[in-house]
Amino acid sequence: MLKAVILIGGPQKGTRFRPLSFEVPKPLFPVAGVPMLQHHIEACAKVPNMKEILLVGFYQPNEELTRFLSNAQQEFKISIRYLQEYAALGTGGGIYHFRDQIVSGSPEAFFVLNADVCSEFPLPEMLSFQKEHGEPNSFVILGTTANRKQSMNYGCIVENEETSEVMHYVEKPSTFVSDIINCGIYLFNPDIFQHIGAVFQKNQQDMLLEEPTNGWHRAEAIRLEQDIFTALAGQGKLYVYKTLSFWSQIKSAGSAIYASRLYLNQYHKTHPERLASNKEGGPKISGICAQRWSALSSPPQLGPNVSIGTGVTIGAGVRVRESIILHGATLQDHSCVLNCIVGWDSTIGKWARVEGTPSDPNPNDPYAKIDSETLFRDGKLTPSITILGCNVTIPSEVIILNSIVLPHKDLNRSFKNQIIL
Amino acid sequence: MDEDDDDDDDDDDDDDDDDDEDDEDGLTCDLVSPQLGIRISLSHEREPLGTAGPLALARELLTVDNEPFFVLNSDVICDFPFQEMLLFHQNHKKEGTIVVTRVEEPSKYGVVVFETDGGRIHRFVEKPQVFVSNKINAGMYIFNPSMLSRIQLRPTSIEKEIFPVMAEEGQLYAMELQGFWMDIGQPKDFLTGMCMYLQSLRQQAPERLRMGPGFLGNVLVDPTAQIGENCTIGPNVTIGAGVVLEDGVRIKRCTVLKGARVRSHSWLESCIVGWSSSVGQWVRMENVTVLGEDVIVNDELYLNGANVLPHKSINDSVPEPRIIM
Repeated sequence: MLKAVILIGGPQKGTRFRPLSFEVPKPLFPVAGVPMLQHHIEACAKVPNMKEILLVGFYQPNEELTRFLSNAQQEFKISIRYLQEYAALGTGGGIYHFRDQIVSGSPEAFFVLNADVCSEFPLPEMLSFQKEHGEPNSFVILGTTANRKQSMNYGCIVENEETSEVMHYVEKPSTFVSDIINCGIYLFNPDIFQHIGAVFQKNQQDMLLEEPTNGWHRAEAIRLEQDIFTALAGQGKLYVYKTLSFWSQIKSAGSAIYASRLYLNQYHKTHPERLASNKEGGPKISGICAQRWSALSSPPQLGPNVSIGTGVTIGAGVRVRESIILHGATLQDHSCVLNCIVGWDSTIGKWARVEGTPSDPNPNDPYAKIDSETLFRDGKLTPSITILGCNVTIPSEVIILNSIVLPHKDLNRSFKNQIIL
Repeated sequence: MDEDDDDDDDDDDDDDDDDDEDDEDGLTCDLVSPQLGIRISLSHEREPLGTAGPLALARELLTVDNEPFFVLNSDVICDFPFQEMLLFHQNHKKEGTIVVTRVEEPSKYGVVVFETDGGRIHRFVEKPQVFVSNKINAGMYIFNPSMLSRIQLRPTSIEKEIFPVMAEEGQLYAMELQGFWMDIGQPKDFLTGMCMYLQSLRQQAPERLRMGPGFLGNVLVDPTAQIGENCTIGPNVTIGAGVVLEDGVRIKRCTVLKGARVRSHSWLESCIVGWSSSVGQWVRMENVTVLGEDVIVNDELYLNGANVLPHKSINDSVPEPRIIM
């Protein structure tokens, strides 16, 4: 039988997702209309013989997480449990800490997935690949191709082209190593814990020799990438399965919109019921009565790449493009929302223009990935997706351009290139 | 006496034309306007003659009889109190009258120093560094034909070369303008002048303004313009002939020139939309954006202080003020 472990991190992680992550843990943020994690869970639940999904992270138990878990269990009819780390233990430390739970029931293999990636999740293909390559208990990393310059922002994999073995692994090198990057999705078997255990022992010994610093370093804090993969490379145990299917990291709000687009494109095949049938460009719409629109003389124009939550009210002549509108928001007549995330229960006034700047990868480069821009450059705010936190009110007729508005703000004028506290 | 001076009225050419040869010395056109009941002559400078030289060029037209003549700068808007000017001029019986107006920032202009009692002008000060007076030359004069002998037929500045001499001789008087005044040479000031004019129109001839649901404040709309549903127009908007505003358009403090089209759900504030231009859907234009003739602005763009030269097609937003050639 098989299991899957999803690493969901904790509040100290995913800070680039603020202010949206103030309201909801980042792994639950809706991407293409459903919580980020749900795409992972759907993909795992579809794999034959998958018996259990474990979420590992260090969020305190909260209402949303609990509710999400129980809904997901009911919907996918599979055991889904949350294992809370007592501290941030790293991508390797968490699974090592809970190794007993992972190996209970004797799964022959288990997937490990990072929550903040967007992917087609070619899990069955990884299973077949693993059986064909290397020894019976080899491990597989899902890899994809990036362009040379961007590859250095990721974990780089040097592959033996004949055997697909990982010969060399470097996390975020400062010089070019390889254009094959780590997608954050792995196929392990219980043997992995021997290797992690070895690192753990070594850490413990090192700590005895050194003075404890400030508590951030623990023996149990282990990173899969730097501590395990780098050591396993070239030992005949680690292999890479390269995929051409879509993949992206979801680090910032801008990448959430990009990821939405990737999933929405996939919906034509996998979930056509989630797409709105009467609008071109395939936006997802729920909770709005479509018949009300056709009665209007100026129906709103939505899309491409628009996700609209439940209970959203959209007025006449509204234009929305490349945006995510979260639950309960109101867009009044003639407003224009471009490249933007509109927070829960926010209101956008008549004729207001709320606009951001996309940071999409170059569409002419098939291997380009979305950039993780720094927030500021040369002392100025980098133009990026405009984000309205929850319960923000934008008055009529103003423009909000390339700005981030924190929750519960009532604006009274136009703003450009600002963070509004 | 005061004629049509709508901002959008730029085709006075439906009058009869008498044919005239091109005269070397400048007179190229001479016709009588049946609408206005006056004769219009055109004196054409071959080379620019400044602000005084053109008067010398038109000497023959101006000395038909011995009556005083008005001189007006065309980039000025006000109530044009011609009767008052004439009375004032006839009263003091000297050679020239200059209309002055009060401004907040006189050092941007040339300032006039004159006796409050009677109005005799003492001197002029160009762009004074310290406060001298807040009355400036409003660009409107009345002269007796005799003053033409002061002007030679060459490029000459009336402010620098003619007026100081006349003032010295005690021949120049200042009349204070009472109503609104604006130099509308720059787009920003043009819009301010437009607002002033509309305000004056509300007082003098409010029936010419458009009222009703969807119209706020002072709005002037040509009868041939078409306005869609759910628009909100005004305050301070002038809409020219044949203009089409589609549904859901919001326009404030703008001039929309003849034949232009503004497509649905767009928002415009403090703009000049040029003749036959087309503004797309969901466009936002503000901060003295000026579109020349036949400009196309594509859908969903944002123009902030863009100055767009004629026949351009705009495909990208202009978030900060600049000129598009």
